[in-house]
Amino acid sequence: MGGQWLQFVAGGLTAGAIYALVGLGFSIVFNASGAINFAQGEFVMIGGMSAVALLATGLPLSVAIALALAVAVIVGLLLDKLAIEPARNAGTVTLIIITIGASLFLRGLAQLVWDKRIHVLPAFSGEQPIALAGATLLPQSLWVLGVTALAVAVLSWFFGRTLFGKAMLASSYNALAARLVGIQTRTVLLVSFGLAALLGALAGVLTAPITFTSYDSGLMLGLKGFAAAMLGGLGSFAGAVVGGLVLGLLEALSAGFVSSAYKDAIAFLVLLALLFFMPGGLLGARRIERV
Amino acid sequence: MHAGSNVSELAPRAVPRAGARHWATSARTGGLLALAATIAALPLVLVNNYFYEVAILVGLNAIVCVGLNLLIGYAGQISLGHAGFYALGGYGSAILSGTYGLPTVLSLVTATLAVGVVAYVVGRPTLRLKGHYLAMATLGLGVIVSIVLATEDRWTGGPDGMSVPPLALAGVVLQGERLWYAVVGVALLLAVWLALNLIDSPAGRALRALHGSETAARVLGIDAARHKLRVFVISALFAAGAGALTAHYAGFITPAKASFMHSVELVIMVVFGGMASVFGAVVGAAVLTTLPQLLTALKDYETMAFGAVLIATLVFLPQGIVPTLARRFARRRAGGRGER
Amino acid sequence: MGPRSSIGAVGRGVAAALATLLIGGGAAAQEPIRIGTFLSVTGPASFLGDPELKTLELYVERLNAAGGVLGRKLQLIAYDDAGDAEKARTFAKRLLEQDKVDALVGGSTTGTTMAVVPLAEGASVPFVSLAGAVVIVEPVKKWVFKTPHTDRMACEKIFVDMKSRGFTKAALISGSGGFDKSMRAECLKVAGQRGVEIVADETYGASDTDMTPQLTKIRASGAQAVLNAGFGQGPAIVTRNHRQVGLTQPLYQSHGVASKEYIKLSGPAAEGVRLPAAAVLVGDLLPADDVQKAVVVGYRDSYEGKYKSEISTFGGHAYDGLMLVVGAMKSAGSTDKAKVRDALEATKGYVGTGGVVNMSATDHMGLDLSAFRMLEVKNGTWALVP
Repeated sequence: MGGQWLQFVAGGLTAGAIYALVGLGFSIVFNASGAINFAQGEFVMIGGMSAVALLATGLPLSVAIALALAVAVIVGLLLDKLAIEPARNAGTVTLIIITIGASLFLRGLAQLVWDKRIHVLPAFSGEQPIALAGATLLPQSLWVLGVTALAVAVLSWFFGRTLFGKAMLASSYNALAARLVGIQTRTVLLVSFGLAALLGALAGVLTAPITFTSYDSGLMLGLKGFAAAMLGGLGSFAGAVVGGLVLGLLEALSAGFVSSAYKDAIAFLVLLALLFFMPGGLLGARRIERV
Repeated sequence: MHAGSNVSELAPRAVPRAGARHWATSARTGGLLALAATIAALPLVLVNNYFYEVAILVGLNAIVCVGLNLLIGYAGQISLGHAGFYALGGYGSAILSGTYGLPTVLSLVTATLAVGVVAYVVGRPTLRLKGHYLAMATLGLGVIVSIVLATEDRWTGGPDGMSVPPLALAGVVLQGERLWYAVVGVALLLAVWLALNLIDSPAGRALRALHGSETAARVLGIDAARHKLRVFVISALFAAGAGALTAHYAGFITPAKASFMHSVELVIMVVFGGMASVFGAVVGAAVLTTLPQLLTALKDYETMAFGAVLIATLVFLPQGIVPTLARRFARRRAGGRGER
Repeated sequence: MGPRSSIGAVGRGVAAALATLLIGGGAAAQEPIRIGTFLSVTGPASFLGDPELKTLELYVERLNAAGGVLGRKLQLIAYDDAGDAEKARTFAKRLLEQDKVDALVGGSTTGTTMAVVPLAEGASVPFVSLAGAVVIVEPVKKWVFKTPHTDRMACEKIFVDMKSRGFTKAALISGSGGFDKSMRAECLKVAGQRGVEIVADETYGASDTDMTPQLTKIRASGAQAVLNAGFGQGPAIVTRNHRQVGLTQPLYQSHGVASKEYIKLSGPAAEGVRLPAAAVLVGDLLPADDVQKAVVVGYRDSYEGKYKSEISTFGGHAYDGLMLVVGAMKSAGSTDKAKVRDALEATKGYVGTGGVVNMSATDHMGLDLSAFRMLEVKNGTWALVP
């Protein structure tokens, strides 16, 4: 029984780490623009699919992954320049619809550039399951958890200690004041998208060996990443991480102990209950409006 | 654009101003007449049943959008789960008439009202949230509905859906696209008329005040929660009614009707056509229902083209089609009279 | 006067432009024989619809190159329903009313097929479905036929194999999609008759990525074999998780994953997995005197030659559908819909990729259990289980 419980937790944390990476992307873009970027899930897809395609040309795995991340970042920057910046004075709902249009566009493009089949990446360090106190863990799961932790650490350093990172945080608190002290909000927006794309693509390559990737794998992940960011408090980085891990655990434990058919519904119900009683999310976001 | 200030900034301020009231009142009857004329004249170009089918689907989507537009455009709220109400209306009527043998008109009305009650119950806690939190909450509710509909297959037939008996009006079974076109046309006119009435009523003015500034409106004594809830329920009623009608028309319903993607499609239609514009909602539904039919010629490029059209339209016409065009015509007319 | 009539004018103008665009698309010459198809080329069932469309396009081209049918060219009119039943219905209406097709070959999934059945029946047009569930032809509908084996047959084939290996207790794990649920229901129904007891019944979501919780529960259930009724990416993940969690009980998959993709995605964990599939996957392994060998090898060579990607049974079903309709037209000597329907129903001894088809007034599928072969994954590829 203990082994069962541990198995669920291991699976939940692995999925949760992916949601955390995607959720971080949502929070970063939200902080920079006040809008939800529904194309965030597509960055995950682009990371995974590019890596698969590049690997098929014969490049070594590490090079393929690095290039895939670069591709995703470029797409993110283009998305900002071509679709978001021209519409930055539109209302938030309009911006959301534009990002939805972008996600459709990217999905359609992926269909043409690659194909509609499901693909898998080789695991980074083999597939031999590791037995641990009655549960089995894949080495890839350790990669997922490890790299996510590293990414979070690097981000905290970036936002906490570098000048540009602090400038980005400042403009999310108050854009006008930031501009008054000379921070280029356009550049902040651009970098935010690039960063969000990088995180999404990272999630994509990390998880492709376990969960596969295909041209439409971005939709569900985007939704879950959004839920994770909300759960932890939109705009809060630590919140996105905590939210992601909690969401993953919630899903795995519901599937294991309650009902695998309803596990998504349970996760959303918990999220809803949280929104009603703790509208700031688990870690309390900056902006809560409640009547 | 930052959500640091009042979060009911979700929709741009596209409400008509005081000086434009003459224009708004005459638009009400004039617009309604134009819509009725279009509906009456359209059969001239509908050459076969497939064309009628598309027109009927446009009408049904337009009914949902007119209701959703009241919520998003006029009340400044957002719902990313409205497909849930739509599907509940459809399944409710399907189960009541199919499994329990109720007469279809009765089941339609009952299901619609029942969904209204659900919207009331669910809306009270939900509408206390704002902005993205409201979006997430409605999204979550919609997803939960779609999961339940797909899982409880004893009631709902599971992921492949269930069949729905045809609508029978006073003993006459409604078959055939032409008859349905007439039914949907009348329903749409009714829906538009109701929406226009609501907007010009004291409740509607209170709504617009709320949208403008919730704090100011409350200072004036407007009960924000009550008005928002009312609009939420009304928009749910529109959606459920349209969902039930669609179920009886198509003869079946599937849980995909409650999906997040469907909710998003509905919001896109409203935003595209123009928020805070009843006729904008109709135009949005018309364009976005027919566009995929036209884009089939592009085959593999269809999804890309659709996404590109969305982005381009909203970048260049951020208020949506109808308000932007309307503003251009109003400016031209006002320029002639020397106003503004 | 400004906005209101301009809105009306815009509306009328749009309607007119619409009409021209749509009519323009449909006003083709009356000469060609029109085959209409609606398939799930994109969306959750795209690995069904994509090879189906490719197969239809390939063979319409080949038939036309060989002189057409009844001296007329074939024209394929195809729409993508993305797995949505309502879109399928609208496109079917378009095919029937606007494009005026002579026959329908399509419906990648049961959901999309069932939405179109009333339309085909109402319009009296022969409709050959490419979907799996038994409900499509049971009860028999006058104008509706199907080419793939039913899910019930798959269950029976699997249970027969389990019994022959001495397994009497099985665990069932299935997804939340229509195919999965339908097959699960059929398996639960026929298990008892075949002498197998179902001791566990787990489910997962269509886009789930970790089934270790469900498999962990199965490990504790006392099952001797595991049956995964599913399709898409779920079964590949189940296969990997099955290995990861350390289950030694043999794994059976459904015919829904009968393609090399499944083996590639599952990796080494696929070794030893068994599934029922049509002979089309193992053309080279068939003995020279096997009645299906020529058809199957021919299909594989043509498809892989043109598309440079591996065949699947799904494309094979589309091939059979097209050939059945063409064969019926030839034997009826016309494209008159009632005559073609009668000819379809009278099909006997048609050798296809799915098996040998013998239709009748009470059987609109025409395959029996022998049309399914039991395959096992050995060394990363298919092997026939004798």
